[in-house]
Amino acid sequence: MKKKKIISFVVLILVISLLAFLLQKLLMPKYMTQIVEGALIAEYYDEKNKDHDVLFVGDCEVYENFSPITLWEEYGITSYILGSAQQLIWHSYYLLEDALKYEKPDVVVFSVLSMMYDTPQKEAYNRMSIDGMPLSLSKIKSAKAAMLPEEDLITYIFPLLRYHSRWNELSNEDFEYWFKKDKIAHNGYLMRVDVKPAGSFPKPRKLADYRFGETSYKYLDKIVKLCKDNDIELVLLKAPSLYPHWYEQWDEQMIDYANKNDLLYINTLNNLDDIGLDFNTDTYDAGLHLNLSGAEKASVFLGNILKTEFNLADRRQDENLKALWKEKADAYYKMEEDQYKELEEYGYLLKFNMKRSAENN
Amino acid sequence: MLFTSYGFILFLCVVIGLYYIIPKRFQWKLLLVSSFVFYYFSGWSNLLYISVTIISTYFIGLKLDSLNKKQEIYLKENKGTLSREDKKAYKEKIKAKRWKWLLLCLIFNLGILAVIKYTNFAIANINSIFTLFKMNELSFVNFLLPMGISFYTFQTMGYIIDVYRGKYGPEKNIGKLALFVSFFPQLIQGPISRFDDLSLSLYKEHGFDSKNFSYGFQRVLWGYFKKLVIADRIVVAVLEITKNPDTYDGIFVLVGMVFYAVQLYADFTGGIDITIGIAQMLGIKVKENFIRPYFSKSIVEYWRRWHITMGTWFKDYIFYPLSVCKPMLNLSKSSRNRFGEKIGKRAPVYVATIAVWFTTGIWHGSSWNFIVWGLLNGFVILVSQELEPLYAKFHQKFHVGETFGFRLFQVIRTFLLMSSLRILDCYRDVGVSFKMFGSMFTKLNINELFAGSLLKLGLNISDYIVLLIGVIILITFSLVQRSGSVREKISIKPAILRYTIYVLLFFSIIIFGAYGIGFDSNQFIYNQF
Repeated sequence: MKKKKIISFVVLILVISLLAFLLQKLLMPKYMTQIVEGALIAEYYDEKNKDHDVLFVGDCEVYENFSPITLWEEYGITSYILGSAQQLIWHSYYLLEDALKYEKPDVVVFSVLSMMYDTPQKEAYNRMSIDGMPLSLSKIKSAKAAMLPEEDLITYIFPLLRYHSRWNELSNEDFEYWFKKDKIAHNGYLMRVDVKPAGSFPKPRKLADYRFGETSYKYLDKIVKLCKDNDIELVLLKAPSLYPHWYEQWDEQMIDYANKNDLLYINTLNNLDDIGLDFNTDTYDAGLHLNLSGAEKASVFLGNILKTEFNLADRRQDENLKALWKEKADAYYKMEEDQYKELEEYGYLLKFNMKRSAENN
Repeated sequence: MLFTSYGFILFLCVVIGLYYIIPKRFQWKLLLVSSFVFYYFSGWSNLLYISVTIISTYFIGLKLDSLNKKQEIYLKENKGTLSREDKKAYKEKIKAKRWKWLLLCLIFNLGILAVIKYTNFAIANINSIFTLFKMNELSFVNFLLPMGISFYTFQTMGYIIDVYRGKYGPEKNIGKLALFVSFFPQLIQGPISRFDDLSLSLYKEHGFDSKNFSYGFQRVLWGYFKKLVIADRIVVAVLEITKNPDTYDGIFVLVGMVFYAVQLYADFTGGIDITIGIAQMLGIKVKENFIRPYFSKSIVEYWRRWHITMGTWFKDYIFYPLSVCKPMLNLSKSSRNRFGEKIGKRAPVYVATIAVWFTTGIWHGSSWNFIVWGLLNGFVILVSQELEPLYAKFHQKFHVGETFGFRLFQVIRTFLLMSSLRILDCYRDVGVSFKMFGSMFTKLNINELFAGSLLKLGLNISDYIVLLIGVIILITFSLVQRSGSVREKISIKPAILRYTIYVLLFFSIIIFGAYGIGFDSNQFIYNQF
């Protein structure tokens, strides 16, 4: 009798766990046809070959502005962008900490724009940076650091508790991608081929205090230490995005910090001509982010620096990597082609114009 | 720490886990520590208030006992020497002393409750008078109401009165008394337990009983279903209607009234289900507080089935003592001489009823709407009692029997009557409440409901579907429960059906519960009392 009870109990727990798992998979946002940047982090963990020379960590300034395929094709550098929308510095730190459990790159490139935020910002962006991580101590620590007061840590461990109320928003997308997702990015690079020339930006407002916050510095120190402990070169990078405005005072602080810590700091805004960027053709949103053409130019520029500064080997002769990256490049060019076709047909890219495509449907 | 917080669920898992791991003799001590930890989360200062109540009640309980013993010893020692009158005089002297100690305990503890809960109400009323005479207004004081103070104060006062009456002796172990007062599942919203009901199972050593545990867990789940799926979902519409009386009058008052009835029932009974369920998981028996109150056929019956422990508390500690106290007997006597036997006999009942309902009203909240609500309840009860013979004649004359149709009519009538009275609770303002009640008759336009207005109350179609299904489940549950425990009935079903029900209940809370970001985390309504 007792044995029967125990077996029934165990079966009940197993059934509940299985159902909870299935419901969680169903109810979590898929980020396949809308807000696709939400799918980026999970893609890194799905990547089979986690062996990269360079790892980028940061926000849209890295995942929209640099192309690992170009770095491979031009310099034989293998790289991955661990990027997510409004990735804040604590997200970057814990993502890097977690990634180092899988691989040890030669160089880490950190996008310094997030230094401007010293406090958690928006739950939606926390989710995009953290939900994609598998359960680990780093994930829990990241959630603890990133949470807003109204958030609960347990919802990062069991996201079903966060997304339970999506039951009445479920769409075909949720069922279609319940168990398997499409690849959205190319080693973390989110491609867009459309063009919107840069216009004028609002005049940079004066700030009461230009100093980066203590928390930002604390995590930057942690990133530096993490890299040093793992014998990794760290590069601080300001990407060639014209907006949000990168203040001179911020630039000076980064220069000081890089000097003090013997780091390479690259502010690509100082090299726009060297890169060859034309903001009439190389941006898809008027200068905030680069399009494919711009990202490839920026990648050629950055790749050259990385190669010379850190003596990164050209690995294009490695047969295994060659085959692997050919496959990646094929998918890359296929998407490029598809996007141009879409542009021709609709005048815009469907995935990035939810409203317009909904209206047209 | 709210019952609906993740923190509480974690806390509960730890307490229950430890409870069955540690040696049984430490179980009650663990519960005591847990209760204080639980209460600590509501603020350090709250711990101070509850401790003062526990300590004062403990020592006065012992004092009452020692006076009793002193009397016993004195009478025993002087058995042969004391005359009857001497004995009587001595007993009277001790009684007077005991009465003084009891009074001290009551005044002290009810005084704390009164000062914290009612000072600002008193100031507001004094200020209204001052304004009339153009005098300077008094400033309000900033007291934080300790969580569950009304519940634990009443529970403690019930204990000391019972000790005074000699119903049972005082608890000699202050830790055990502290546990009785602070037992965490019932600390913040009751039920208001009696010491002789609860103490035995509270201090007893409990081995793990899978049936008890499973039944308790099922009850906890059922409580969460009511609270999270129904109460916390419908509250959005209730607040939208009641916070905007200028926009929502007429038919919307009726909608708000019915919605609030659903919310209050699901919220309060859900909270009590969680309390009783947790206690059962620990092997402890806590008194029921509700017996399907919305199936009541009269308001008197309703109050016998709603918040039972509060009703019996008022009956035992206010109504009965007040009905038979000396001034009341004098009143009865003089009324008999003046108004005749019938009214004279009822006079103490009228006064005691009004006193009880006044107290019930003010216990619920320190504002006039609650007082008026309480008095109206008392008024309706007295009127219906007085008209009882008339109803009986009417029923006899028109052959109104105990048919299903008539019973249904009585149930609906009582539900609507109680819901109407609760308008005072919804709007929290006497004037607005009466105005809104009136608008149900003067501005009633049912068509308003069918112009999409229901979807502007903060609930969408899927919310209404969930609520409808939830309410159907509630009603079905209550109907089935009339012939015995639902859990017993489920337990004899085939395992596959049984487990399917449990799993469905669990996931309906997880999926359809109104919790987390996007939903306001709602405190249980009765936590505020």
